[in-house]
Order: sequence, then C-alpha cells, then structure tokens
Amino acid sequence: MAEKRLSKADSFYKVYERTPSAIKDVTHYCPGCGHGVLSKLIAEAIDDFGIRERTIFMSPVGCSVFGYYYFRTGNIQCAHGRAPAAATGIKRAYPESIVISYQGDGDLAAIGGNEIIQAANRGENITVFFVNNAIYGMTGGQLAPTTLIGQKTTTSPFGRNPANEGYPIRVSEMIATLEAPVYVERVMLGDAKNTNKVRRAVRKGLSNQIDNKGFSLIEVLSVCPSGWKMTPVQAKQWMNDFMLKQFPLGVYRDRSEEIPVRESQRHVFSVDGIRDKLELPKSGEQTMQVEKPAAEFMNPRLKLAGFGGQGILMLGLMLAEAGMRAGYHVSWIPSYGPEMRGGTANCHVNLSERRIGSPVVSKPTVLVALNQPSLDKFESEVAPGGLIIYDTALVPNPPKRKDVKVLGLPATTIADELGNTRIANMVVLGAYVGYSRILPKEVVFSALPALIKRKNLLPLNELAVEKGMEFVTRMGS
Amino acid sequence: MAKQLIKGNEAIVKGAILAGCRFFFGYPITPASEVAEAAAYYMPQVGGTFIQAESEVASINMVYGAAAGNVRVMTASSSPGISLKLEGLSYCAGAELPLVLVDIMRAGPGLGNIAPEQSDYNQIVKGGGHGNYKVIALGPNCAQEMCDLTMLAFDLADKYRNPVVILADGFIGQMEEPVEFPEAYASFPDKPWALHANADDEHRLITSIQLEPEMLEQHNIHLQEKYRIISENEVRYEDYMVDDAELVLIGYGVVSRILQTVVDDLRAEGKKVGMLRPVSLWPFPSAHIAELGDRVKNFLVVELSNGQMVDDVRLALMGKTPVHFYNRMGGMVPSPEEIYAQVKTIWEA
Ligand SMILES: Cc1ncc(C[n+]2csc(CCOP(=O)(O)OP(=O)(O)O)c2C)c(N)n1
Ligand code: SF4
Ligand SMILES: [Mg+2]
Repeated sequence: MAEKRLSKADSFYKVYERTPSAIKDVTHYCPGCGHGVLSKLIAEAIDDFGIRERTIFMSPVGCSVFGYYYFRTGNIQCAHGRAPAAATGIKRAYPESIVISYQGDGDLAAIGGNEIIQAANRGENITVFFVNNAIYGMTGGQLAPTTLIGQKTTTSPFGRNPANEGYPIRVSEMIATLEAPVYVERVMLGDAKNTNKVRRAVRKGLSNQIDNKGFSLIEVLSVCPSGWKMTPVQAKQWMNDFMLKQFPLGVYRDRSEEIPVRESQRHVFSVDGIRDKLELPKSGEQTMQVEKPAAEFMNPRLKLAGFGGQGILMLGLMLAEAGMRAGYHVSWIPSYGPEMRGGTANCHVNLSERRIGSPVVSKPTVLVALNQPSLDKFESEVAPGGLIIYDTALVPNPPKRKDVKVLGLPATTIADELGNTRIANMVVLGAYVGYSRILPKEVVFSALPALIKRKNLLPLNELAVEKGMEFVTRMGS
Repeated sequence: MAKQLIKGNEAIVKGAILAGCRFFFGYPITPASEVAEAAAYYMPQVGGTFIQAESEVASINMVYGAAAGNVRVMTASSSPGISLKLEGLSYCAGAELPLVLVDIMRAGPGLGNIAPEQSDYNQIVKGGGHGNYKVIALGPNCAQEMCDLTMLAFDLADKYRNPVVILADGFIGQMEEPVEFPEAYASFPDKPWALHANADDEHRLITSIQLEPEMLEQHNIHLQEKYRIISENEVRYEDYMVDDAELVLIGYGVVSRILQTVVDDLRAEGKKVGMLRPVSLWPFPSAHIAELGDRVKNFLVVELSNGQMVDDVRLALMGKTPVHFYNRMGGMVPSPEEIYAQVKTIWEA
C-alpha cells in the first residue's frame, strides 16, 4: 500500500458541495486534527474493497457530524450517541450494505454508552470507528468520559478529579468482555508506523463486515489541538506522554479467523402465504344463524368476576367468540396488569345486535360472580331486572337484591365431579347460555377450538358446558 | 371475509404486516406490550425483523435508521416510553422519514399507572419534541380501526414522508373485538429519496442538521407547507347523529364509545344529542367543528385527561358556542351514566 496518495480517494466527493463554506475542497477539521487522517484511511479502504456503492456512513453528533460532506456514499446523519441504533436499523433493512458508525468519545462513551454496548452485544454486522480524543471537540473542549485524570477542560477547570467525575473509561477493554464482538483493537494516529497500524485495523474492521463476520470496533486515539488548547506538535507529544498510558494500544478481541465467511442474506419482501402466517381466518368460515333470545336477555352487557386462575377472562372470551360466530357485535375488555396478579380478575363483555357503544360495562344486565368478594363488590351495579349468576360452592352469602333474577349453581362441585376444578368456568358458560338461550350449544362448541389450544381438552370442556346447561334444564323442570 | 376476535394491540401488528411493514423495533411496556409481542411472533415468520431494543431511545433511533431505507417500519410504546422517543421523533420529522409510531396511552404523570388515559394528546399533537414539527395522529376507537388506521398510517407516512402516530388508550389496546382483515398489499410504492444501498446513494442524504439559518428557515417553510397540505387533505372524523343535534358531544378513543351509548340513551328519550369523533387528531377537524358551531347550541368535550383536546375545540369555535368539559384522570373511565348526568345539567341550564 502506498504511504502517500497523491490523488484524493474516489470515496470522497470530488467537490464538497454540501459544505456551506465557500471553499469546497477542504474539510472543516482543524489543522493537525486526527479526524481528517482517519477519514482518509477509511475512504481509501472503501475504494480498495470496491464497496463504495453499498456503503452507508453514519454521522452522529461531534466534530465528525459532517461526514456526509465528504463521503461519497449513502449518508445518514443521526442523533448524538444513537448511531449504533440507527446503524442497526439500516443494516437490518439492507444486510448487504456496509454500514460504518463513526463516533467520538462523548458520543459513544457518554450519551450513547448503552447503544454501543447493546449493538456490540447483539453482534450487529457493522464497523465502528471510535475516535477517542479525550475531549468534547465540537462543543469547545468539555470533559469527556475518556478525559484523563487531572486533565483540564472547560468543565473540569481544575483538572479531572476522580472523586467528582470518576475515571477515564477504557472502551475497548469493556467491549472486549462481551461474547459477540469479533474484533476490537485500539490504535493511535501518530507517526507513520502507528498510522499504518490504523490503516490495517480499518481494513480489518471493514473486511470483517464484508465477510459478514459481525461486530468490529476500532478505537483510534487522536489529537484535538483545539480542544486541548495546544499546538499540533504539543498535542502529539501529550498524546504520547499521557494518553497512551491510560489507553494502551493493542488487540483486545479478535475472532476474525475463527468465524467463517458468510453470504449476506438480503431482505426480500414477500406476501406468500401471508394470511396463513398471520393466522387469519379462512374466508369460508361463515356466521351461524341463531334464534333470538327472549327480550329480557337480548343485547346483554356482562360483567364477569372472580379470582385469577378461575378462568374468568377465558369465560368472557368464549362468550365473545361464540357471540361473534352467531353474528352479534361483540366486545371484551379485561382488567389488565397488576390487578390480575393481585388475585382478582374481571372482564366486561357485550353481545349486541347493534354497533356497541361503551365496551366498559358500568350497569351490567348480567353479573357472573365466581367468588364472594366479586359478588359483594358488583351486586349493587346490576341493572334492575338483570341476572346474577354465582357459584354456590364458593359464595356462601347469596345475592340480596330482590329486583334481579338469581341463578346459583355449584359450578365448582360439578367441575370437580368431572375431574377438573378448572373447568367450572365452562359449567357457568353452559348455565348462562342454557338459561338465557342467547346462544345455542352448537355455536358455543364451534367457538371452543378457537380458544382452547390443547385439543385433547375439548371433549371435557364440551361436557362441562353440557353439564351447566343440564343444570338449568333440571332446575326449570 | 371472516372475522377474527382479536385484541386491538395485535390487530395493529397484523394490519401493519398486511400494509407491508417488515421491521419492528420495540421495548416492552404495559399496556402496549402485546404490540411488541405480536411483532416478535409474526415478523420472523413473514421474513421481517423484530428487535427488542435496549430502550425506547434506541428503538426510535433504530426506526430512524431503517426508515432511511426503502422499507416500512414501526415501533410501539406507551406514555412514559413515548416521552423517551420524542427526541427521535423530532429527528424523524426533521429528516422527513416515514414511520408509524403506536402510543397505547396510560395514566401519568411519571410512572403513573397502567390504566387508560388520554394525556399524551399534547405531547403527540402539539409536538412534544423540539422544533416546528407535526406528526399525523390517528385515534382508533375499536379493534377494526386498530388494523385499518395502522394500514392507512403507513400509506400516509410514505405519501407525506412524515411520521404517523396511532394514538390509542389502554382500553382500545387491550379490548378484543371482531376484525375483518383486508387483503395484504402486494407491494408499496418505491421511495426514490430513500437509501437503496446502491450507486445512486451518493446523491441521497438523510439528515436533520442544517447549519445555515437561511437554509434551515427554508426547510421549515417547506415543512409548514407540507403540514398545510396535510391539514387540507387528511382530516378524518365521524359524525354520529349530529344532523339535527342541539348538543354535540366530542370525544375520541374509548371515550367516543361511551359517548355513543350516551347519545343512544338520550335519543331514546327524544333529546337531540349527537356525537363528533375526531379520527385524525392532527390534522384536527377544526373547520367541521366551526361549521357545527353555527347551529349547535352546546358542545360537551369528554376526555381522559386534564383537558388537552378541548383546547383545540375551543380554538376551532373561537368563542362562538359554549364548550363544556368533563374529564376523568388517573385511569378512571367515566360511565355513560356520569356523562348522561352532565348532559342533563347542560340541557336543563
Ligand atoms: C442531545 C444532545 N446533547 C448535546 C449535544 C451537544 N454536543 C454536540 S457535539 C457534543 C460532544 C461531542 O464530543 P465527541 O463525541 O467526543 O466528538 P468530538 O467532537 O470530540 O469528535 C455535544 C455534547 C447535542 N448535539 N445533542
Ligand atoms: S475541535 Fe478537535 S476534534 Fe474537532 S476538528 Fe478541531 S481538532 Fe478535530
Ligand atoms: Mg471527542
């Protein structure tokens, strides 16, 4: 590789049209700054690998925010610290692209600390160039997470004090503790020998990505004469004398050889078999014709309540599912979240011939109470003339209301006789549909498979529904 | 086509996939988690990508990155998570990136609780993030609309190169109702401005930075002009028995469902009451409300918030008609009886 290139890399724009500056052929970097050198090494590598047309360069906030002035590639300028996340997004969209995240130390190690760790840990197939200049260059020289102990910055005017600001973070060492990263190396922009090492590291990081090997991070120690308030010569000296001690050069992780070269899997948009994959119903499934119940049982608004684990939500869903199959408008709302964990559960169900207004049932026409607290809590809400169904096996104090219909049945006892306490809810379902005649048995049975995933339990559930229906028939005769 | 009983949160994901979305970047939060869970389950099966990000901040930035490409992408969260996403949303709006963001609102402020509220109206409709930006905000009130409006959201997002937010409350997210799912889009229009990972990309730039005030002012003027066109073309609302109404109730999301019951009850008594439901919260149906203001005697706005949308109703009416307000907060949802009582007081006053 030629040490000095006379012509500008092809991966830089010939003319920097995007710079607002009147001069369109020089970069905005300060004299002696490392950013310019590193950019050049990256552009040359992109040239040599022939990947320019599929390269996407991420410029987050920092002095390199204007990477898109120079890199003749796809460019995404993104928020401070978020380049690894945005890089993840575009790389997942285009696995065949080459995505470069070019970040400063404030960007990567402070505000974007989580994003870089997580992207590295996911093993995103991207290449990160991390410019560690121990300072916030762009904003005028404030403290960075990598600022050395004792180093004076505009926000550590008395020098970095570990008691107040903690210690400089060694990013490469930290990232190298993770399983997923393929290659992590710290290099330094300085003399020709070191610059050559940077060149090699840049290439390795990119070639890992080209070969789909995974995540590479190259930390580049770099001077910031402006931020450090030094001449370029002093800055180089300071980097050699102090920065190198805190940030030893070297390879911290390298699995490049172990990991086989892989083909990139392009994302292909397809709608093949999509309705099946989304588990959408077949268009053949029709609604079943049902007879209307007596007027007093039409358009029921139900509140169902009990202990968590009694299958209250499932009971409500069964009703809604069966109601839908009978051509009714239906809605189901659960009590959700911690309340359920707290031991009580309730849901609201509507079956209606018209479009349903409030899905929230404040004045139920049917209350199903499977424990005493539920009955005590909701009895007073039931609309006059409404129906209260309760489990006599679990509710010792029956409803007191005289202006409502009451249906008590030993649902849990019946379920126990069938050999499974947990299907008491289905006994109640049978009792309700048997009593109100809102839905025929066939429709209820047709709804069961939609909600009961273990098909071997279907016969037992059907039996429970039948037992509930039988109970009300016997009661009526 | 047959219907499926399905939770609103899941209907969103199926609708999104039918509309061509194949990328989802999320972070769990009640009552929105089923959106991420459904995406985690279905995306890989349709050749898509689901990533549970490390935070809402990261997830919106993953969306930012993917939306820079020629794909359809979304994320979902609930109120506290939305607050975290707003920085990213501002960048997306600035860079004119199309995406769909779902907000299943819960009660606040702070950690609040997981019960439904509508108190993100201001942070979504009025900006929330920094800068002079707008997002299209759609407010579904049933599971069917969770699917339909999500599909529409992707089309609007691409059409205007703008973020679109589905603004729903916890009840609309958690409720199950029958949904008829339309046919999947066979494809969606190519986005010529987007990165394609090809040779033309050197001419493409995704950015929200513009150092020169003159240029940034031009960009802002361009955005405002786009927003004006959106407000002219994309207003959506539902009128329910407003034709002869003397009193009109206004509400969106689950509130509109409760209001419908109130209207039905009052109509049964012969009272001329109707309901207006804004479907697009931005652009807001201001012109329509102003028009109604010419003949309606009273408006009653009901919200699960401290009164956020009501400001837009008042602005639309410019004081020409009295606007009454009723609200519940903290996850409390008013019963139809409560609102009925409010209407009675207004009626009898
Ligand atoms: C959210 C946010 N906070 C703060 C800033 C201001 N800011 C711009 S650049 C920068 C520091 C960049 O430092 P570094 O990442 O080390 O890059 P360098 O300029 O040193 O290359 C800061 C704090 C911002 N743009 N966005
Ligand atoms: S401020 Fe520092 S990092 Fe930024 S361009 Fe100048 S020297 Fe380089
Ligand atoms: Mg720096």
